[in-house]
Amino acid sequence: MRCVAGIDVGGTFTDLLMQDADGTVRLAKVPTTSMNQEGANQADGVLAAIEAAGSSPAELDLIIHGTTATTNAVLERKLARVGLITTAGFRDILELGRRTRPRAYSLFGSFEPLIPRELRREVPERMDARGAVVVPLDEEAVAAAARALLADGCESLVVHFLHAYANPAHERRAGEIARAIWPNAYVTLGHELLSEFREYERGTTASVNAAVQPILDRYVARLQGELTARGHRRDLLVMNGNGGTVPARAVAREAAKTVMSGPASGVMAAAATLAQTGLANAITCDMGGTSTDVALIAGGVPEVSAELSIAYGLPIHLPMVDVRTVGAGGGSVAWLDAAGMLRVGPESAGSEPGPICTGRGGTRPTVTDANLVLGRLDPARLMGTRDAVTVERVRDAFFRSLGEPLGMSVEEAAEAVLRLANLHMSGAIRMVSLSRGHDPRDFCLFAFGGAGPLHAVALARELGIPEVLVPMRPGLTNALGCLVADLRADVVNTVNRGLDDVEEGAIAAILAEQRERALARMRDEGGEVVGTEVLHSADMQFRGQTHLIRVALPDPRPTRGAIQAAFEAAYFARFQVRLPEIRAVLVNLNTSVIGRRRPFSLAALLDAAEWGKDARVGSRRLYADGAWHDAAVWQRERLAPGMRVKGPAILQQADATTVLEPGSVATVDAIGNLRIAA
Amino acid sequence: MKTDPLTLAVIQASLSQVCNEMDVAFARAAFSPVIAEAEDRADGIYDAVDGSLVAQGELGLPVFVGVMQHSAGHIIRLIREGAVAAPEDGDIYVVNDPYLGGTHLMDVRFAKPVFVDGPRGKQLYCWLQNTGHWPDVGGMVPGGFSAHATEVEQEGLRLPPVKLFKRGELDREILSIIQSNIRIAEQQIGDIKAQAAALLVGETRLRELIARYGANGLRDAIALIRERSAERMRAEIRRIPEGTYRAEAFVDSDGVVDAPLRIALAVTRAGNALTFGFDGSSPPCAGPMNSVWATTCSAVYLAMRHVFPDVPLNAGAFAPLDIRRPEGTFLDARYPRPVSGCAAEVSQRIAEAVFLCLVQAVPDLVWAAPAGTSGNFALGGFDPARGAGYVMYQITGGGYGGTAAVDGLTNGCSTIGISKTPPVEVMEQAFPVLFRRFCLREGSGGAGATRGGFGVEYEVEILRGEARASFVMDHGRFGPPGVLGGADGAPNVVRVHRGGETFIPKHLSKDQGIPLSPGDRVEVLTPGGGGYGDPFARDPALVARDVGRGYYTADDAARLWGVALDVSGAVDAAATGTLRGVRRAAE
Repeated sequence: MRCVAGIDVGGTFTDLLMQDADGTVRLAKVPTTSMNQEGANQADGVLAAIEAAGSSPAELDLIIHGTTATTNAVLERKLARVGLITTAGFRDILELGRRTRPRAYSLFGSFEPLIPRELRREVPERMDARGAVVVPLDEEAVAAAARALLADGCESLVVHFLHAYANPAHERRAGEIARAIWPNAYVTLGHELLSEFREYERGTTASVNAAVQPILDRYVARLQGELTARGHRRDLLVMNGNGGTVPARAVAREAAKTVMSGPASGVMAAAATLAQTGLANAITCDMGGTSTDVALIAGGVPEVSAELSIAYGLPIHLPMVDVRTVGAGGGSVAWLDAAGMLRVGPESAGSEPGPICTGRGGTRPTVTDANLVLGRLDPARLMGTRDAVTVERVRDAFFRSLGEPLGMSVEEAAEAVLRLANLHMSGAIRMVSLSRGHDPRDFCLFAFGGAGPLHAVALARELGIPEVLVPMRPGLTNALGCLVADLRADVVNTVNRGLDDVEEGAIAAILAEQRERALARMRDEGGEVVGTEVLHSADMQFRGQTHLIRVALPDPRPTRGAIQAAFEAAYFARFQVRLPEIRAVLVNLNTSVIGRRRPFSLAALLDAAEWGKDARVGSRRLYADGAWHDAAVWQRERLAPGMRVKGPAILQQADATTVLEPGSVATVDAIGNLRIAA
Repeated sequence: MKTDPLTLAVIQASLSQVCNEMDVAFARAAFSPVIAEAEDRADGIYDAVDGSLVAQGELGLPVFVGVMQHSAGHIIRLIREGAVAAPEDGDIYVVNDPYLGGTHLMDVRFAKPVFVDGPRGKQLYCWLQNTGHWPDVGGMVPGGFSAHATEVEQEGLRLPPVKLFKRGELDREILSIIQSNIRIAEQQIGDIKAQAAALLVGETRLRELIARYGANGLRDAIALIRERSAERMRAEIRRIPEGTYRAEAFVDSDGVVDAPLRIALAVTRAGNALTFGFDGSSPPCAGPMNSVWATTCSAVYLAMRHVFPDVPLNAGAFAPLDIRRPEGTFLDARYPRPVSGCAAEVSQRIAEAVFLCLVQAVPDLVWAAPAGTSGNFALGGFDPARGAGYVMYQITGGGYGGTAAVDGLTNGCSTIGISKTPPVEVMEQAFPVLFRRFCLREGSGGAGATRGGFGVEYEVEILRGEARASFVMDHGRFGPPGVLGGADGAPNVVRVHRGGETFIPKHLSKDQGIPLSPGDRVEVLTPGGGGYGDPFARDPALVARDVGRGYYTADDAARLWGVALDVSGAVDAAATGTLRGVRRAAE
């Protein structure tokens, strides 16, 4: 047994979950140190978490780390200065986008590309759609452009040519020329990161990569340096948005893959939990302060998408765990519109000024405040508060801004806020699942994050979902995701031809080459694995469509008939339509190599020493279904497997509060999950 | 039933959710990219008695805001008059007649009656309806956008309300009439199934609401919600100072007669109501740039929704908007006037006129004119390498107008749409063409304190085979107007380079069937947005930044903004002061 730690840096807290050599588990939660504080960065929080767990870098054999360094850099636009070398006539592709606007209604709104126009330089060269040279590459022009961009103060460089996915020769040659001139390794070739058609998406993905590469590289180098100086002997592993991990020294090359890795690790933890629970399908719901992340796990596997966007106009077309963010969370503000109708959100009080009850200056009622008023949250156990705020003050705010004008009691108003917030969230969950062809009633609701378990039972009822699962450590799920994540390498090639036109031998050859490339990359990166698994898949569509459907290819030498059949089955499952008269197109071939790490048994999170203690620690008045109830308060960790608790009840633990609505029943299963019959 | 504020809010959100799920169900099952990708469809719930809008999906194409309540109203009237067979459970009517509450022929509506059990047997409770843009409905050109049509029969098959589904069964006879009159008929069956399936999804979800709140309870809540929306819109209207605001907008031509069409609009705010009068607008035109009454109304609605996006979408939101029917103008076209351009182009000019009126009244809430054209370029030809014919559509965006807060967006989508353009790489894979360039159109944004966004320009070469080019665009004669002292955006330009000569369409932005051969090229420059406010009030540093980016020249900076730059491109404060002072002195 070795000593392994998963450490996740979230927006507010840095969480740590570690397992000692003897199998014991230790936890820590410390405030996140932000990148912009004087002289501090996220590394300080990571070190503080290790210390808080009573451990030291020297003691740890392996650290798996989830970081928001790149996500924050993109969202806050605190990015490296990037230059672009691109095909003559097309330098504005990154600025023009795909002819959209930020919102369906309203013509306000603006968009700044990651690379400003003065740093986008054109060179003569052109391939056609089949990869044939139309205009030869002007090598002198490439060298001149690279020098000019360097003189303009660029730290990173993107080379992005039209149709480079079909023939990368020009991009490769330009890359050689530029790398000879460029003083560092921050040169991204569009096709290397993503060999798929669609110039805006591929180019934007490459520019996100270049813009965060130096930032991630410096951060990881600093963290690794600090750990090494304190006696840590290994390369740390860093979480990617695809739910896999990459060793620190290789992570910066494909830095864009770490963007959106936080939500992915939560979903990976959910998948591991489900597998050890014996369940296959879940909708995960991670409710935080400003937003709620929703993902689908079907057949035990988290859904993956290569078409996510981190913000308006910033698509990142790399395979990522498909997490959709809904703009509703604990901080969503409740208000009355001009016609006196109650509304919740989309405005959020965020963490500053935050809900009224956190005492950070908030004055408008939020969802979190409603939970407090109704006895669902314990005022003595709020996290992240600054000044103590009395429940009376929160009630007063509900009365003045909602209850009085609506002619409702404070409790009625607060319950109305929760109901409307739950309705928005359940609507969004339905849309996420329906748009992918799933009925939410076929899933269980896997609730985590600080606020997920507060709302889960009510949400499940709204959705018609029969069962809620709250894992043992809902507030440490992302750290658990780090602990259970495997290594992963993905390779993609665009084919984009009618399936009938592609030789079966050619398909097998591409898959074999991709397999070798991914395996070689994993070997080079040197992560420690107990076994590898190779997964092939195809992205397909009917000719004329642009929906892509991903189908698994279990056979590395698939026949065309098998591919066609798999595609038709997947298409029918999603759209309930059969189209035998239309030709199928093989768009991309994908290969993922998963390097399995030693499995982590969730049963280790159980603490049998707690079971003997009195689990029922008190009672509290809880408002639900229009009336006050006396609700028992239970200490979650003291509930032994097999125990049952009936609602109305409150289950409290250090990292979350679970509310059992009247009529619901929770059972503790063998690995400590709460299984709630909603 | 308790109709407290909470229940109302919950029912309102639930009705909207029913429609959103219809939108999703329709788009994901549809085969045509125009529906599945471009989302050219909409779904809603309509009143059983008068067809007014109960709720509409948030994901529908903006041009359809409120339009289907006209359609529902006509169906109900025709049933009452005995001209259309009475509804039974499981029926779905199909209709695309533009003069019966529609847009153009390609927008085909399906309407499904929903019944509930009442004291005297089954009672009609409401209508579910959706619209999908079919890729073809017959007519003189594939796709239906003929720039030269002079009567609606040339534009395609016109269907009055008829039952395509009878008691749940598809009527094969009616289907065969439709399929015999449209191109790519075999693919249309997929879209027909999707369109009907979306209504079934809506019915299932609506019945859950009826079960939860009771038929009467839900009906009462719907009436209250409508009143709340009206109150909401009245509250927005009260932000507009009382008075009458006038503006004009011009369609380049109707495609047949080369003369501009005028939209003259007077918006009057008096008390809680806003009146829209189109007196002085041009008479009906010979070509397809006529608008039917339903589309004219929906153009006003969508413009108002752009300005006040938060008012819940139901008939109540439209109640305080008094649109005077513009009889005798091209904005109230009657049979047999051709109408194919009404949804994509005329509706955007109407919306522009609304923006230009309101920006005078509430300058912080509205913008200068956006490019306001769908930029439709169609190329039909034969590719000898593939041995097959093809029809390629290239649509493009343009600049949005400057606003009180920010510069206009570059390459924004048409006002009435939300769909993306296809990538150059996809176009070149699919069609025998090569793009010589696809870039931002420098200098196209109108000057202002905040400037217009930029249009795009592209040049595309025919590689193989013979082809014919058609254009339905607008703003070629006049650029999108600037406001409050801002300059106009650059107008749309089409140039066809063939056989070594450059050809400019007579109607500038509209033409049809221009023959092209390999090596010939089509060049399109789309409009920039109008500028907002006095250009001399713009921060000189922003002008210098824009010159540094190559958006404008140093000469533009001096001429348009009164900003002088030094050799390094930085603002020359002294010289700028002189330039700006000269004009002030002249005033």
